[in-house]
Amino acid sequence: MTENIVQLKGVSKIFDETVALADMNLSIRKNEFVTLLGPSGCGKTTTLRLIGGFEQPTNGTIWFEGKDISNVPSYKRRVNTVFQRYALFSHLDVYENIAFGLRIKKLDEQTIRQKVGKMLELVNLQGFEARDVNSLSGGQQQRVAIARALVNEPEVLLLDEPLAALDLKLRREMQHELKNMQKQLGITFVFVTHDQEEALSMSDTVVVMQDGEIQQIGTPEMIYNEPTNAFVAGFIGESNIVDGIMRQDRLVDFGGARFECVDVGFERDEPVDVVVRPEDLVLIPVEQAKLTGVVRSVTFLGVHYEMIVDAADGTGWLVHSTLMEPVGTTVGLGLAPMDIHIMKKVSE
Amino acid sequence: MRKSSAMVPYLIWMALFIVIPLLLVVYYAFTVTTPEGTTWSFENFTRFFEPIYLRVLWRSLALALISTLICLLLGYPVAMIMAGNAFSRKNVIMLLFVVPMWMNFLLRTYAWLAILERNGFLNVLLSSLSLPRLNILYTNAAVILGMVYNFLPFMVLPIYSVLSKIDKGVVEAAGDLGANSVKVFTRVIFPLSLPGVVSGITMVFMPALTTFVISRLLGGGQFTLIGNLIEQQFLVVGDWGFGSAISMVMIILILLSMAIMSFFEDEDKEATLW
Ligand SMILES: Nc1ncnc2c1ncn2[C@@H]1O[C@H](COP(=O)(O)OP(=O)(O)OP(=O)(O)O)[C@@H](O)[C@H]1O
Ligand SMILES: [Mg+2]
Repeated sequence: MTENIVQLKGVSKIFDETVALADMNLSIRKNEFVTLLGPSGCGKTTTLRLIGGFEQPTNGTIWFEGKDISNVPSYKRRVNTVFQRYALFSHLDVYENIAFGLRIKKLDEQTIRQKVGKMLELVNLQGFEARDVNSLSGGQQQRVAIARALVNEPEVLLLDEPLAALDLKLRREMQHELKNMQKQLGITFVFVTHDQEEALSMSDTVVVMQDGEIQQIGTPEMIYNEPTNAFVAGFIGESNIVDGIMRQDRLVDFGGARFECVDVGFERDEPVDVVVRPEDLVLIPVEQAKLTGVVRSVTFLGVHYEMIVDAADGTGWLVHSTLMEPVGTTVGLGLAPMDIHIMKKVSE
Repeated sequence: MRKSSAMVPYLIWMALFIVIPLLLVVYYAFTVTTPEGTTWSFENFTRFFEPIYLRVLWRSLALALISTLICLLLGYPVAMIMAGNAFSRKNVIMLLFVVPMWMNFLLRTYAWLAILERNGFLNVLLSSLSLPRLNILYTNAAVILGMVYNFLPFMVLPIYSVLSKIDKGVVEAAGDLGANSVKVFTRVIFPLSLPGVVSGITMVFMPALTTFVISRLLGGGQFTLIGNLIEQQFLVVGDWGFGSAISMVMIILILLSMAIMSFFEDEDKEATLW
């Protein structure tokens, strides 16, 4: 059991009238790669700013290595940040931007040169040392921001959508490099992203947030395979979410038919959300199918086709399949009991 | 075509009010008129380099520099307070600085005359508090006071406008990288505000160097500055040639200091390289 390095205990943050965070409890272990995932405005940046010391919690406390740091100013925290809006020093060139933290620590010139050189290589910006940061492209600026924070080898690195401005290829490369750095240097990463694929592929732990509240904390597999509610299911990967009624354990009604499933522990006749991943729906002959519908659209997406199949009750089922049927065809949809995920309705 | 025809009025305006007067100044500076006629000569310039006039030049430079420095030391913190503060208070401070500027420059300076006089407001106040009287009117101190008072807004406003545009995120980033508030100031805020400082210095130094009203009213005429000298030559002595020569020296001085300032402006990027 590794120790917790950062803990938020009952933290809330209220700006004027906006509740940016509501009673957040989060423990981050040493060397963990934690990703905060959620729609825009759900409080991801606010969480990072609280850990970084740029905001004070309205309620609750923030702990670092077992000490309450709620009132410690940011410059004394052993945390560095890659800001969402870069915040580079426009009066300094690329080299001096990256060297800034090292100069504050009064390292000798030799060490600084070596460390900055290593970082420039890592973020693929060799030869840019003397460039004015304002003359860089968005992606280049973002990489300077990453290098400027990472060069200090902090205990905890906070990254606010650090790869958002990069093209796909560079993004993949940087994901790989960042993950490597994190493992090699043993730095704890708290990472914010909109890109769920990025979140799933890089993280040890994913925190799904909505409206300032944590919806689910878990490994990428847990979040994907066992989402705790329809919001998480809908946010992580694409999903079909329909209304259903739980008749009894392992038996659910939806889409005008009765299906076997694997979920237990619901009330008899309880209304539930039924979640089905599009890749779990398979095309089968109409006469064998409980669910049928008419193909409304077909889109080729490279590896597979994406089809929308309109059922008689008006539900448009999203289907991912390597096979396709032309628009207008009536098709049957099959699904295995273990691919039906039953979620409690979130009571409003 | 349309562009160039639209420029004609401006060109005429510039010719009438800038180019021709300048040419006249050059003409007068390089000629001497005697009863025998007008001849080309450097005499006006050589005269200026006599010790008595050089002393005037030196005093003008010294007073202008001191005033500029005081304006910078007073103005920078004010600009910082204005840039860092909540909306309402910022506007109040801004008003305090701008309202006097709506009043005529001469009136403002006359007001100081009334305040600093032997039996003026200041001394009445001091003696009512049974403190010793202060006779600073007609001293260098009074002239500097007048310059600082009149030109301070020209220091505050450009610095304020640069400071208020500095992204708060940059300040946070410096803190994030371990800089305490002193280091945040010396390494980030001040370097970023340099363009404002440079234009503030320029905007104070130029008028301070050339003023003649402040020195005449508050210096009592005994502290002749170069501006007074020029004024005298044209309006009292009637020696347009010498007046023009001094004016040309001033123009050269101003161009020189502008060149120095723009050099600093380019330099501030390089200066932080090491
Ligand atoms: N300084 C502030 N003053 C007022 N409201 C704020 C402030 N900072 C954040 N908020 C509000 O708090 C909520 C959470 O904002 P936050 O920046 O944490 O969102 P986010 O999850 O990072 O979103 P995004 O993905 O768009 O970056 C938003 O509703 C935002 O408007
Ligand atoms: Mg954000």
